[in-house]
Amino acid sequence: MTTMILWVIAYLIFAPLVGGILAGLDRIVSARMQGRVGPPILQPFYDVLKLMEKEALTVNKVQDFYVMCFLIFIIITGGFFFAGGDLLLVIFSLTLASVFLIVAAFSSNSPYAQIGAERELLQIMAYEPMVLMTAVGFYMFTGSFRVSDILTFGQMPLLYLIGIFFGYLFILTIKFRKSPFDLSMSHHAHQELVKGLTTEFSGKTLAMIEVAHWYENIFLLGFVFLFFVNGTPLGIALGVVVCLVAYFLEVLIDNSYARMKWQFTLKSSWVIAITAGFINLVVLRFMF
Amino acid sequence: MSYVTKSPWVIHYDGSSCNGCDIEVLACLTPMYDVERFGIINTGNPKHADVFLVTGAINEQNKGVVQQIYDQMPEPKVVVAVGICATSGGIFKECYNILGGTDTVIPVDVYVPGCAARPEAIIDGVVKGLSVLAEKKAAMGKKPVETAPAAEAAATETEMKEEA
Amino acid sequence: MGTIFFLIVFPLVVAVALLVLKTDAIRDMLVRVAAIVIGAASIYLAVQYYGTGGEMFDFHSETLNYLFMVIEALLAVVVIVLGIKYKKYLALVLAAIQTPILIWFELTIGHHVNVVNNIYIDRLSIVMVLIIGIIGSLICVYALPYMKDFQHHHHGEKDRRPWFFFLLFLFLSAMFGIVVSNNLVWLHFFWEITTLCSFFLIGFTKTKEAIDNSFRALIFNLMGGFGFVLAILVLGTYYNTLELSTMILYGTMGYSVVLPAALLAFAGITKAAQMPFSSWLLGAMVAPTPTSALLHSSTMVKAGVFLIIKLSPVLGWNMAGIMTMMVGGITFLFASFAAISQSNAKRVLAYSTVANLGLIVACAGIGTYAAVWAAVMLVIFHAITKSLLFLCVGTAEHNIGSRDIEDMDGLFGRMPRLATFMIVGISGMFLAPLGMLVSKWAAMTAFIDSGNILLVAIICFGSAATAFYWTKWLGKMTAIMARRENIQDHVHKEEWVVLGTLTGMTIIAIMAFPIISSGILVPYLVNVFAGVDAASLLSGNMFIMTAMLALVILLPILFFGKTNKKIVPIYLSGANVGDDLRFTDSFQQPKEVSLKNWYMEDYFGEVKMSRYGNIASAVVIIAVMAMMLGGVL
Repeated sequence: MTTMILWVIAYLIFAPLVGGILAGLDRIVSARMQGRVGPPILQPFYDVLKLMEKEALTVNKVQDFYVMCFLIFIIITGGFFFAGGDLLLVIFSLTLASVFLIVAAFSSNSPYAQIGAERELLQIMAYEPMVLMTAVGFYMFTGSFRVSDILTFGQMPLLYLIGIFFGYLFILTIKFRKSPFDLSMSHHAHQELVKGLTTEFSGKTLAMIEVAHWYENIFLLGFVFLFFVNGTPLGIALGVVVCLVAYFLEVLIDNSYARMKWQFTLKSSWVIAITAGFINLVVLRFMF
Repeated sequence: MSYVTKSPWVIHYDGSSCNGCDIEVLACLTPMYDVERFGIINTGNPKHADVFLVTGAINEQNKGVVQQIYDQMPEPKVVVAVGICATSGGIFKECYNILGGTDTVIPVDVYVPGCAARPEAIIDGVVKGLSVLAEKKAAMGKKPVETAPAAEAAATETEMKEEA
Repeated sequence: MGTIFFLIVFPLVVAVALLVLKTDAIRDMLVRVAAIVIGAASIYLAVQYYGTGGEMFDFHSETLNYLFMVIEALLAVVVIVLGIKYKKYLALVLAAIQTPILIWFELTIGHHVNVVNNIYIDRLSIVMVLIIGIIGSLICVYALPYMKDFQHHHHGEKDRRPWFFFLLFLFLSAMFGIVVSNNLVWLHFFWEITTLCSFFLIGFTKTKEAIDNSFRALIFNLMGGFGFVLAILVLGTYYNTLELSTMILYGTMGYSVVLPAALLAFAGITKAAQMPFSSWLLGAMVAPTPTSALLHSSTMVKAGVFLIIKLSPVLGWNMAGIMTMMVGGITFLFASFAAISQSNAKRVLAYSTVANLGLIVACAGIGTYAAVWAAVMLVIFHAITKSLLFLCVGTAEHNIGSRDIEDMDGLFGRMPRLATFMIVGISGMFLAPLGMLVSKWAAMTAFIDSGNILLVAIICFGSAATAFYWTKWLGKMTAIMARRENIQDHVHKEEWVVLGTLTGMTIIAIMAFPIISSGILVPYLVNVFAGVDAASLLSGNMFIMTAMLALVILLPILFFGKTNKKIVPIYLSGANVGDDLRFTDSFQQPKEVSLKNWYMEDYFGEVKMSRYGNIASAVVIIAVMAMMLGGVL
């Protein structure tokens, strides 16, 4: 119980720090890949702090409420994860949070924000099956949906869940909002319809979204980590290293692809879910 | 210290121009000049921007657009007029549909001359703009008396909007 | 037992009275009083038998048997006459075959089968009685003002409201009959009554489309009824029983009852509008909204899933079970996909009903403790939420003149209260701490434990599609559009009362679901699936869900719509005219901004999806039936 609370507290404090630093690293690495110097590593924090200082504007009375709910439920979702909770609960409350974000964008009735919202929704539909299958895979392997049970299971899930692992990495590109799947909002202005989903958010509201993404990225990487735990320090070290490698890989993909159409996003992620995910599950079914 | 100077996000608008300055602004983003070193990002959205870069002259058609983009930027904000057309109308000054430089519609904080303005000059202009930005930020907190009527006006405006 | 009879007879008496007494004032009063009485009686029944572990009543009446037989024969005659009149010969043939067979059976073999208990009640029946008694009668009350408007819109036509309300109450009576009958012949009798009622309700407007659709519903349901008759025949002939409880007992004791179970499940599948029979429920949209609400939430389709849930102990990994779970799964998947391509709100609701029923059927087909838990939970939440949504759409339609989701743009500004109710309903259908999702979650776990990986994949993809079509509707409604006139004052008081009650019930059911689970469901399931550990079900998560729910309710109350920020116009590339609705175009003219939702017709087109689903389901049903016949012969 105490360790659980400590983990949650550590998550609440360190997730945005680590998430922000990862975002800073992302920008530097991206810049280096393009032959530039890039911003300071703390740049994402400067951005957020600046946004906090800006004039408070909104386009209607409800949008900020929805964004606040988005942030709260993203934090809660991560809390469930780091408290060793149920993976399905994590996924469902993540969907709830995303719906709040989408509704926030819809509520503005701005064409740019709404197109972003619809695309975000499409992305959810694209990645949801694979994410659910990831949880199912862990359940079939370890017999529990709970993160705490998976951590103490003692065997490394990776070998048995190899298809699911690659499927999850694939949809991670969507979740991290990286090219070629950054349909709803991109950090690169040149390939976005104004600013997609976030067009009508400004100042503090936009800062909340940034912070929410830092939290989100951390527990999404947590899923990657789960594939490598086997109860030994080696597994933990390996997990952390692979998380960093996965993050680097996403940055590399981001910089080497242009944005694809939504059709490709939907088709490819569902095909991956059916091939890598489903076949892996069928194999597991007959192994255990 | 204010963080506005550490993360100036830019929106760029090109009016009546030969697109020379337009290209130079984009050149600033390239590896050669790499403005992201200063945290500068080119956003396409006035609601996210701190610095309004205008290139080209103002004409009858784009007058309202420039005005509206400026209005939609949250405070504190600065306007940088890039190139001779944006500062005074330049070569197009005498055209029938041209009103003149950016300052015929919105207040300009920094003028960057040149035809076309060099990337170094543009970066220099934005950095000069940052000190103005910091001043404006500092002023924002200190003048509650003056902002109060504005907020009140906004409130009545909203009410009117709702009633309508 | 008196209460049970009262619940069957009282609606019948009211129905006849409504047919005879034709003045508006009397009808208004009668329907309201009857609704309250039926609701109260249902609750009384629930309290009376709450402690029951399943109670049987050995009530016998030869006269009643003959009476049922005569009525059944009369109904067959009605179908035959109508079949001739409208040249729908398939309906005619189906009625002309099955009724004589049943009567012949009852007079010969059936006469010698000893039926001990005709009537029973257990906790599942109580749940169903509450759903029918409360939601059903609320819908009847809602129908009062609705049908007034309806009559007003169809001015000059003959006032056929007495007939309409007669059918509604008859329907309730028959539904009560279904959920308490243990004698399969009786169950079949009530079953056929609901078929006929729905037939007349769907064809109520008597347009060409309505008549065609009503006959489609009739034909499909008669096919199911035919399966039912065969099941009775098989049970009476080979197992020497006509009792549902005995049949299930045989099944759990190890005798094979696969054939009658499959036939009964087939009947349930047709009634629950599973593919390939789902088109009758979609065709039912032509009827006035209260009909749809009734068919979709508390009656008709719920009779189908009720029967399959009753059968669940004998389903599972046998032919009957595999047929049921696969048909349910396929229906869930393809109906969810098809819902994406719909912009007509009632059709979205209809596909969502078909999909959810599919999930219930799949759960019942798996037939494990946890799966049935999920199935019953889905029945409860679906009944409440779906009736709420249907009635909301009906009210919206009468006030904005359209049932198209595209026209519900900014409903939040125009009819804030109605929109809030709808938002509660829609969120209840798919979002995290709310009822349907909890059940879906349990269903998913049950699917994995049963080892049916195909169903697991189906639920993964189906849930993704579900989230998509609900959220885009939600978004459309929550959009805040400037300058919208508030028009909700035109809504009738009764409609508000009913909608408010249903919204309240949705919220209460969601909050009380741990209590519903431990108080009603778990005891029932322990009884049915003897010796299963009851505590393993989601105990810790249930608490978390409740806490999350509190947060979801609390946050809007505290913060919703409260902002002191400056409100500014939206970004329209610097060309916003100023009212957020128009922009200045390249000719310097104001132009309306128009936003449309996403339907992906190429991917999830209705025709394509129904075709795939129908073919897949039909293949499953035919294959299973053929294999069983092969085994028998």
